[in-house]
Amino acid sequence: MSRGDLIALLYIVAFAMFIGGLHMLRGPRTAVRGNQVAAVGMAIAVIATLIDQRIGDWVLIVLGLVIGTAIGVPSARSVRMTAMPQMVALFNGVGGGAVALISLVEYREALEEGGNPPLDTLIPIIFAAIIGSISFWGSNVAFLKLQESLKGRFPIPRPAAAGLAALILAIAILIAAGTEMEWLFWLLVVAAGALGVLSVLPIGGADMPVVISTLNAFTGLSAAAAGVALDNTALIVAGMLVGASGSILTKQMAEAMNRSIGNVFFSGLGAGGPAVAAETGGTVRSTSAADVAIQLSYARLVVVVPGYGMAVAQAQRAVADLASELERRGVEVLYAIHPVAGRMPGHMNVLLAEADVPYEKLKEMDEINGEFGRTDVAMVIGANDVTNPAARTVADSPIYGMPILDVDKASSIIVLKRSMSSGFAGVDNPLFYDPKTSMLFGDAKASVGEVLAEVNQL
Amino acid sequence: MDLLTELAILVLAAFVGFEVISKVPNTLHTPLMSGTNAIHGIVLLGGLLVIGPADGILEDILIVIAIAFGTINVVGGFLVTDRMLGMFKSKPTEKPDE
Repeated sequence: MSRGDLIALLYIVAFAMFIGGLHMLRGPRTAVRGNQVAAVGMAIAVIATLIDQRIGDWVLIVLGLVIGTAIGVPSARSVRMTAMPQMVALFNGVGGGAVALISLVEYREALEEGGNPPLDTLIPIIFAAIIGSISFWGSNVAFLKLQESLKGRFPIPRPAAAGLAALILAIAILIAAGTEMEWLFWLLVVAAGALGVLSVLPIGGADMPVVISTLNAFTGLSAAAAGVALDNTALIVAGMLVGASGSILTKQMAEAMNRSIGNVFFSGLGAGGPAVAAETGGTVRSTSAADVAIQLSYARLVVVVPGYGMAVAQAQRAVADLASELERRGVEVLYAIHPVAGRMPGHMNVLLAEADVPYEKLKEMDEINGEFGRTDVAMVIGANDVTNPAARTVADSPIYGMPILDVDKASSIIVLKRSMSSGFAGVDNPLFYDPKTSMLFGDAKASVGEVLAEVNQL
Repeated sequence: MDLLTELAILVLAAFVGFEVISKVPNTLHTPLMSGTNAIHGIVLLGGLLVIGPADGILEDILIVIAIAFGTINVVGGFLVTDRMLGMFKSKPTEKPDE
């Protein structure tokens, strides 16, 4: 068996492991193993490539691998659970950046070796450079937005984005036509990066999961294109797997939020930023821990609605303690998990599972919404936009049409909140002014602790 | 490898990708996204393959950055996914109520 055959064979093993791993990631029971299987597949693919005879200059390879590991491992280890979404955005971005750089190097090398590469190499190189660069810069903006280093919306005039896209297309055609000018390629990468920034800037935070998932699929596609250019099946197969599965995933995420992908990406363009209707006003009733304790203890069904505020306050364990004390007193406690509660789908599940809340008590939106009618107390902990009835009624609200938890159908509502500030989407929440609602202001963890202390005294 | 073979592989991989993710519970959206995210770190291989016999210093730097980026994508991606999936690991300890 030749070395080439061995490499091809190892690649096939890696593909099988990628596909098997993805398949296992679909179910809660097999997901952990699925991720490990895919990781081993990746290790096999890397080793297979390293035994390729064409591989040169081990210094560069080792340097790159060491630097990458030195940065990647600690950042993945140390990131807080609440900051996971940003981390995924960053990891996705560097992947796209790698594709753009590889395309650039490949083009330079072709020029040095005597001119324009053939079109069946050149076109995928151009494609990979554009998409990779968009993904890199778009992901970085998404990261900054999720970190809340960049706040608010930045309405971008539609002609600016369209003009930039046209410019990119023009440069791409010039390069493909065989101008053989390296600076044009640099310009292409820069212009695509600018488009990436402009596309993500106007998008509101609540839509970020969909954005990251889209960029994830983009990076996959760009990797596949780079694979066509480099004649490497591993890149083609793995890149396309991600491109395809990432697209499906994006669609499902968008559906869970009742948004179309076009809506996510283009609603911020052109429109001068939707005016936020702060018409509600009204009075807010504030309550005390003792009152909350009484309400909770004598309820039959309490539904906890966790949100990003619970994550920030690290209140999940306190909440779980309060819930088990209530259960000991015969109160049924369920958790209502909105698909995008927190900053990502599944965010709340991770946190509550950490606090040993049994999986079957976490109810997804469709399951729990029917229950609010018979709920005595809905306890909203640091959630805002996902409970906002304006999504049902106020047509010009930025979150209009997003499915929400029907918290307002419960007999009474307790909202634990730091202050009266609006949610991530920057929209006022009429729920807080509902006569059935009382607010318990303060840090979620401290508040829950006080309530538990009061419950214990009853 | 000729272009048509590559396109055939591309199309088949796309179908596998579509099929393998048909319907996923919301809870697993983020880990799955993170897992696929790690897999496109395969671009790392591209970084290994573009190293030529006589690259200039600029190219060397670009290549090292590309390989480092790819490595971060792979290593970080799989580790973060693993941490996210932590909630499914402690499945046997079902009841915290004692």
